[in-house]
Amino acid sequence: MRSDLTRFPFVKSLLKNRWLQLLVFFVMLAGFFFAILSGFAGTPVGNNNFGIVFVWIAWWAILILIAVPFFGRGWCAVCPIPLPGEWLQRGAILEPPARKPHWLDLRWPNKMRNIWLQNLTFTLVALFSSVILTTPKVTALVLAAMFFMAVGMSIVFERRTFCRYLCPVGGFIGLYAQVAPLELRVKDKRVCAACKDKPCYNGSQVGYGCPWDAFPGGLTRNTYCGLCMECLRTCPYDNIAINTRPFAADLAKPSTRMDEAFKAFIMLGAAMIYAGVLLGPWGALKLAAYSVGTVAWLGYAAAFLALIFGILPACFTLAVKIAQRFSRSSAPQHLFAKFATALVPLGLMFWIAFSLSFVLTNATYILTALSDPFGWGWNLFGTAGVAWQPYFTTLLVPVQALALVGGLLWSARTAQKVGAEVKASPIPVIVFCTLTTLVMLGLLL
Amino acid sequence: MLVGLAGAVIAFAPLPVRVASPTQRTFRVEASQFAYNPAVLTVDPGDTVTIELVSTDVVHGLYVDGYGVSVTADPGQTARLTFTADISGSFRFRCNVTCGALHPFMIGKLQVGSNTMLWRAIGLTVLAALAAIILFPLPANVKTA
Repeated sequence: MRSDLTRFPFVKSLLKNRWLQLLVFFVMLAGFFFAILSGFAGTPVGNNNFGIVFVWIAWWAILILIAVPFFGRGWCAVCPIPLPGEWLQRGAILEPPARKPHWLDLRWPNKMRNIWLQNLTFTLVALFSSVILTTPKVTALVLAAMFFMAVGMSIVFERRTFCRYLCPVGGFIGLYAQVAPLELRVKDKRVCAACKDKPCYNGSQVGYGCPWDAFPGGLTRNTYCGLCMECLRTCPYDNIAINTRPFAADLAKPSTRMDEAFKAFIMLGAAMIYAGVLLGPWGALKLAAYSVGTVAWLGYAAAFLALIFGILPACFTLAVKIAQRFSRSSAPQHLFAKFATALVPLGLMFWIAFSLSFVLTNATYILTALSDPFGWGWNLFGTAGVAWQPYFTTLLVPVQALALVGGLLWSARTAQKVGAEVKASPIPVIVFCTLTTLVMLGLLL
Repeated sequence: MLVGLAGAVIAFAPLPVRVASPTQRTFRVEASQFAYNPAVLTVDPGDTVTIELVSTDVVHGLYVDGYGVSVTADPGQTARLTFTADISGSFRFRCNVTCGALHPFMIGKLQVGSNTMLWRAIGLTVLAALAAIILFPLPANVKTA
């Protein structure tokens, strides 16, 4: 069922080519800095500002509807945020230099080698999202903060520590990258075991050691592989494959990590809250989410946190306890975390259903912001005056319904596979997934 | 096979509809940043709907998804939109004039008859859950009672 794309010489040379990658990097960097510039200098009206429109409508649509479901961490491979820091850290933009610059090059502390910090940073962004999504200056500030944080961490710590442990976006991309029908793996693990120098991890004259601090020979999931292609360049044995594969292949081996389990809850809960607050008809909720620092906002934040870290995990715990009761395994370990794997496809489909509505009704702004990125009255491409028009509104609801029902089927099947592995009944978890799907249907339809 | 058939029935079978003679319905909808009041309008299929949009702060609009009709109201002025609610279902209506930060999320809901799409989706959801449980039985190493 797997097919190695690197067996095609043209594809392989494209993937290894640093110049092509650099060209993409420059385009991405230009767009990123322009988004920051327009955020600070452009109109404060969000839907007329390039920064807001291209980050939260265009980029978000590409990320959640295409990049993550089909290419996993494909976005991370071209993300501009860590690049200048990485170039500083390496002392080079292309091939490794003869002499490496002397930075601190510290290892990230062992106790923090998980995604709890990413859970925290995403939750923080999510709590303030009504302001971030709609206020150009705040979006610019967040982007600039991420950029400087990435540069700073590249100087202090080794490799891509920011991407791996702090980036608020990277955490959920890693989680949902598990469903993508694309993976980077080694062709033969015995070759890696026999390899002495491990240039894929340590680097060589032709390439850098894995920026994501992963040893390709040990990869079993997409979660922490950034698809940067360095190992494809450095492996002296041509042992790296870029495989197409069935969707969700990684979920066959459920994770036992609580940080990843909670990431699934955060994403599931955030999608439900956004569907209610941003797309629902309740104006008071929108104002509460927007009025940061007020009593209403504190109530919103408390409800947000309670759902994500309290109600959803508590209900899920109950489901797992019931599952445990019908378990024949003498000591089922990590049931909570393992069964939380079922929430990965469910959460992704929740986000797709939510984003379809948000993106299709606001896509017109992409055309206007392209012609008038600062909202200064320009008309660069003749599209500044395009009237606002939502797209495919008659198809939207059936497609959302199909996405949610499909997500439930997918998660139910995942729960059954987990149940078979841990020797426990998946039915309580399927019931949990069904109930959350019904809530999401009620909010969106 | 049976599940597919059941799914097709839930998705496409005609549902009983409450027949009510079409009437004229008028709603006075106040628009202010970033909400409509009332935010949910309920009518019967075939009704002639008039929305009197009154803006209490800045210029607001009201665009009805699915119907593609819209109206714009200046502050303090009443603008009228009349259309025949000849498509059943639940539709969002939203502001179509940039009115401030949360403008893209200024949304209301028009309910024409029953929300059949929601009921069908609920039916499919329950069917999907039951099918998953029944079609893929528990492994032998799991207790059943």
